[in-house]
Amino acid sequence: MTEQRHFVDIRHAQKSYGSLEVLKDISLTVERGQIVAIIGPSGSGKSTLLRAINDLDPLTGGEVWLDGVQVNKSLPHRQYEKHINAMRQQIGMVFQHFNLFPHLTVRQNVTMAPRLLKGISEKEADQLAEEQLAHVGMLERIDYFPSQLSGGQKQRVAIARALAMKPKLMLFDEATSALDPELVEEVNLVMKKLAEEHMTMIIVTHEMDFAASVCDRVLFMDGGVVVEEGPPGVVFRNPTQERTRNFLRKHLEGAK
Amino acid sequence: MGLDFSVVPGFFDILLLGALWTIAITVAAALLSFFGGIFFAVIALYAPWFVRLPFRAFEWLFMGTPLLLQLFLIYFGLVQVGIDLPAFVAGVIGLGLHFAVYNSELIQTAIVAVDRGQMEAARTLGLSRGQALRKVVVPQAVRDVIPPIGNNMIALLKDSALVSVIGVSELTLSAQRAIGATYRPFEFYLAAAAVYYVINLGMEAVMRRIERRIRLSR
Repeated sequence: MTEQRHFVDIRHAQKSYGSLEVLKDISLTVERGQIVAIIGPSGSGKSTLLRAINDLDPLTGGEVWLDGVQVNKSLPHRQYEKHINAMRQQIGMVFQHFNLFPHLTVRQNVTMAPRLLKGISEKEADQLAEEQLAHVGMLERIDYFPSQLSGGQKQRVAIARALAMKPKLMLFDEATSALDPELVEEVNLVMKKLAEEHMTMIIVTHEMDFAASVCDRVLFMDGGVVVEEGPPGVVFRNPTQERTRNFLRKHLEGAK
Repeated sequence: MGLDFSVVPGFFDILLLGALWTIAITVAAALLSFFGGIFFAVIALYAPWFVRLPFRAFEWLFMGTPLLLQLFLIYFGLVQVGIDLPAFVAGVIGLGLHFAVYNSELIQTAIVAVDRGQMEAARTLGLSRGQALRKVVVPQAVRDVIPPIGNNMIALLKDSALVSVIGVSELTLSAQRAIGATYRPFEFYLAAAAVYYVINLGMEAVMRRIERRIRLSR
């Protein structure tokens, strides 16, 4: 029990759909303030792994720990719901397709969860929204609806919405993949800013340049396993595995 | 004998009162059918089977039988089991529940069609399933079906004439009373039709306003 755990500690994560095994015994640790990128071809299991961390896609085997607490611990249904809702408040998530709430204004998107779950007053909520939106450069759109924003703006609001819960960990699931190329940079800048503030982040991405510039560590996944793992300088420049080299070569060719 | 509309102004106050009753019963039943529709939709989709199955039977009763029969059941039938409702209340309940079932069908379809990412985003923030439904999924679904619900509400206005048979002095019954006194059915039915038309225009204007207001939030 006195065993020292890592800030994020994923142990022997396993996930199958019927006979199809999409995660095969994956272990991953992330320290507080670290930024880890997960790369790999589509279908490699990288999004599934990310979505297992907040139990959006529950694992069929293995454990996920965050800051000394097991996220996916086995509890009776009702208790588990309570536990997982509390854990999810500490884990922010940003999706490829933003998933902003279209019926709410930008302000309400940011304040809805804190108001509902933390019982803060309207005044505190407004202050929180202004603070978080200023942080991502979206303050001047505070009373717009999502339908009035560009993709990049939507994603920045989605980041502010996640940050408003003051999470310990942020998960990014291909946050820029659905954006027009000219809108990618504004989202990357916000993520870089979070990196400078030492937010712990796990990022699933197709953008190798971005991963190389902000991440402490890169994981290359393929076929449900971690093929290679290391600092970006090593994984990108001197990969030891043939599969990594093939993937990077194809990916770089594709980018050109 | 030609048409002679000069008899109509003499019954202006009766027709006006009838129109006001028609509006009152329509608005009350519309509100019941709207909120009832949301409630029924959530029951139909998420309640456990021992709630859902009786609800199915109830739904069948309201969709599969004539509204006129339903009004008779509520107004005359319930008396036998000791529930003696005023005609207006019976009319509102009958019309309201009848259209609530139709609205519920629309809302159920819309709830199922709300993008799955919406529920995921809400759950990720820490909302429970119930909170996510209440705050995120259902409000969006309802917005998506405001136009067809509006059509149902116009059908409700027209069907409100049926409550004349249980003695609510709404527009149609008022016209019939005027006819009883004057033997001028054509003039008074036409006058009533014109009033229905005007109320209809008013409802459409309200619906357009609502649709404009929610345009950005969809």
